[in-house]
Amino acid sequence: MGKIEDLETINGEGYQLTTLDKAIALARANSVWPLPFATSCCGIEFMATMGSAYDLSRFGMERMSFTPRQADLLIVAGTISKKLGPVLKRVYEQMAEPKWVLSVGACACSGGIFDTYSVLQGIDRIIPVDVYVPGCPPRPEQIIEGVMNIHELVKKESNRRRYSEEYKHLLGTYEIDIDQHAESK
Amino acid sequence: MLNIEMTPARIHEAISWLQQHQDLSVNYLTNIAGVHYPESAGREFAVVYQLHSWKNNLRLRIKGYLPKENLHIASITDLFAGANWMERETYDFFGIIFDGHPDLRRILNMDDMDYFPMRKEYVLEDATREDKDDRFFGRNNNEL
Repeated sequence: MGKIEDLETINGEGYQLTTLDKAIALARANSVWPLPFATSCCGIEFMATMGSAYDLSRFGMERMSFTPRQADLLIVAGTISKKLGPVLKRVYEQMAEPKWVLSVGACACSGGIFDTYSVLQGIDRIIPVDVYVPGCPPRPEQIIEGVMNIHELVKKESNRRRYSEEYKHLLGTYEIDIDQHAESK
Repeated sequence: MLNIEMTPARIHEAISWLQQHQDLSVNYLTNIAGVHYPESAGREFAVVYQLHSWKNNLRLRIKGYLPKENLHIASITDLFAGANWMERETYDFFGIIFDGHPDLRRILNMDDMDYFPMRKEYVLEDATREDKDDRFFGRNNNEL
């Protein structure tokens, strides 16, 4: 048995054998293209994480995409008000599969200290979240740990997730219909 | 700072006169705010205009008090274009109607919100939250 990075392979004379799922998952995990949906202070912490002191580009994430069509990971950093909720949901629906959501900061996870009439008490009321990074704001090291947890999820993701009943049911609880094209919304 | 309290019906005329006066030339509207005084009968809502004259470095504040039965006051969007959004915000949070405003609708809150949040009878917290226990925030449910 040999190894490509973290991938277990069967080695022979001039060949290495592994499954396509695992190879694709490894490639995906090391080149996640994030969409930084940065609203307030956590967005600044995210910018610091992108900077050279706590480099995110060593994870292959230096290419930010601000269009959801080309993004893998939606990083929601900052306070989301109720008025912004439908916008965030629409951005999530426009992302192509496979997609993950990282919720950075107390406000995105649960509304934070803003327990008021205008702040959405956690983005998981409108979109499914994969990893939560608590903090107000979280240190860049914590954001990086959140990103590394996303990588663990990406490595285990099946290529046919979007067709599974469980996934459709999960999105159904958020009233997101993945069979319908996002443009017609 | 000079504070002037006036009858709300004459405020539009007064601001227009101040703006057009050659020497005073109060040409900048800094802010329009609303205040809710639930205890003053007949003068529950105040509309506060903060004005500034660049030429004279003069700041003044004009207040008009409105009773809660008749929350109407003339809009000054024809004098100052910046009053448009400020009056929309005052309407959004207090429910004060500005007559003559071209597009009086909510600006910062959700359009389907059915109350005016900055009035004193409404609590700060979201009324529909179900995941926070009020005991930890120092309030008993029977007080709400």
